[in-house]
Amino acid sequence: MELLSNQILAGIATGAIYACMALALVMIYQAIGQLNFAQGEMAMFSTFMAWQMIHWGAPYWAAFVLTLMLSFAGGVVIERLLFRPLAKAPILTNLAGFLALFAIINSVAGLIWDFTIKPFPSPFGSSPFLGSRLVSTHQAGMIGVILLVLAVLFVFLRFTRMGLAMRAAAAQPESARLVGIDTNRMIALGWGMAAAVGAVAGMLIAPVVFLDPNMMGGVLIYGFAAAVLGGLSSPPGAVVGGFLVGIIENLVGTYVSGVGNELKLPIALALIVIVLVVKPSGLFGRQEIKRV
Amino acid sequence: MMVDASRKAISDAPPSDADAARTMRLGTGTSLVILLLLLVAPLLVKNFIVFQLTTVLIYGIAILALNILTGGSGQFSLGQSAFYALGAYTSAILIEHAGVNYALTLPISGIVCFAAGFLFGLPALRLSGVYLALATFALAVATPQLLKLGALEPWTGGVQGLVVDKPDAPFGLPVSQDAWLYYFTLAIAVAIYIASVNLLSSRSGRAMMAIRDNEIAASAMGINVALYKTLTFGVSAAITGIAGGLGAIAVQFVAPDSFTIQLAIALFLGMVVGGVGWLPGSLVGAAFIVFIPNVAESISKGLSGAVFGVLLLVVIFLVPDGARQVAQACRSVIGRRKG
Repeated sequence: MELLSNQILAGIATGAIYACMALALVMIYQAIGQLNFAQGEMAMFSTFMAWQMIHWGAPYWAAFVLTLMLSFAGGVVIERLLFRPLAKAPILTNLAGFLALFAIINSVAGLIWDFTIKPFPSPFGSSPFLGSRLVSTHQAGMIGVILLVLAVLFVFLRFTRMGLAMRAAAAQPESARLVGIDTNRMIALGWGMAAAVGAVAGMLIAPVVFLDPNMMGGVLIYGFAAAVLGGLSSPPGAVVGGFLVGIIENLVGTYVSGVGNELKLPIALALIVIVLVVKPSGLFGRQEIKRV
Repeated sequence: MMVDASRKAISDAPPSDADAARTMRLGTGTSLVILLLLLVAPLLVKNFIVFQLTTVLIYGIAILALNILTGGSGQFSLGQSAFYALGAYTSAILIEHAGVNYALTLPISGIVCFAAGFLFGLPALRLSGVYLALATFALAVATPQLLKLGALEPWTGGVQGLVVDKPDAPFGLPVSQDAWLYYFTLAIAVAIYIASVNLLSSRSGRAMMAIRDNEIAASAMGINVALYKTLTFGVSAAITGIAGGLGAIAVQFVAPDSFTIQLAIALFLGMVVGGVGWLPGSLVGAAFIVFIPNVAESISKGLSGAVFGVLLLVVIFLVPDGARQVAQACRSVIGRRKG
């Protein structure tokens, strides 16, 4: 029983990271209808920036906030330079654009910071949380920070004018434009927020998986699985999907013999394929209807 | 999605050109000149470059396979590395454990991969566009871990992989191993190219392209959409598998980490650079993915990804139809000179 609750708690902790990645993916999907295959690399680059600032002597939280702002700006710049011109291009061209971005960021990070594995500090330490052997303080802090980020995003999207405009632009771009919403600005905003949310995920997972240019590969796949499970058209769904996927990953790894750590990625593959085939709109997503 | 590109391709073609597959290949004369160049190339260069040219041909076959899938039937795949790996492992295991002749392992790899591709094509049927890209992306990411599985280790050699012997030229022909392998690969590549051109201009090929252009209209015309989509997946996987088998023989080594997502991405980029749906472009794309990283890596280690990415962006922004567009531009310039 203790093993079970332990695994579920650990699942919620990693699930929080997947939720962040999934949310970032969904934000871009809502804005431009494409899957950002470079999301993981963007988060990795943000994490390296935070590491560099801490290395130069900045306090953790200052580096954290500064990284979020830089990532936001970076997301907006990428949208303006790269994907705005591709907005009318076929999916295939967009796909190639994302893969190019993936290759460039990965390679540039390696050039600047080297491909060796680096430790990343945690502001919460790694002692047991409240004397419990189940969760470490880092895991608890990770869940706390991410819940805070999610709450802020929720309030922004639900209760502010700009949040409403963003949701309108995602749901009905044409009508939103007609009532005077600058949809292009909303798309850029979506990219910036996605980059910042991804950066949160990167900085919080880095103490666990360590820092190197390829650190986000597995996390990205699980982020995709979470986004698909929750429904690509539903931000709250992505969050729920993230936590579910984290728990599923841990439980399958523990209780299904022969799976363990070495089959973690095939589990994500199986999840993605099963959800897409059985219920392509995910748990909370809208069904897409095409006009003939 | 593909509709735009194909519509453009159709409107670009001269109106008298009833044969849709015409736009997918080169004229006979040009083809023969290129074949001649490929035949004499190894006589002029060092052995190492011959080996690299062999790699270009092998990747060319794999990109051709992806081109049939994407250019032919409009389905995406970022998971070609999985089928490449399956083909490579099938050949390597047959050569090393069963002592089968290397040439005979290739059709077996093709059949195994056809079955795998057909099976993966079944769930993929229900997906399109970005969803299919996602599912195949996950397949490619998961492949190295599947190959490392403990249960398969007696055959696959686990993380260590398998070493394959390099074949000698048969009948005591006076050519080096590298040159023999090059001509062997070239023969297979030419056979596959001709077969693919014929496939795409056949009834089945037209059915595929009808599905690409408008799935609903295609099914209304009586085309069995599900069957043709899965079949295309199978054919594409089979050709990729043959390329994988050739790759195992040429590199003399298979290991899980040779078949990462990087390989799948490279093949996809090769197709984009060569021009989607233009079969001769596969060779151009293959040369791109073999030589560009080498050049970049010689300038600075770790630079290859960046150079790759930037060049790719240049291609999609300036020449979105890749090498095909360049070839068409050349042709029109030459045409104007003559006229």
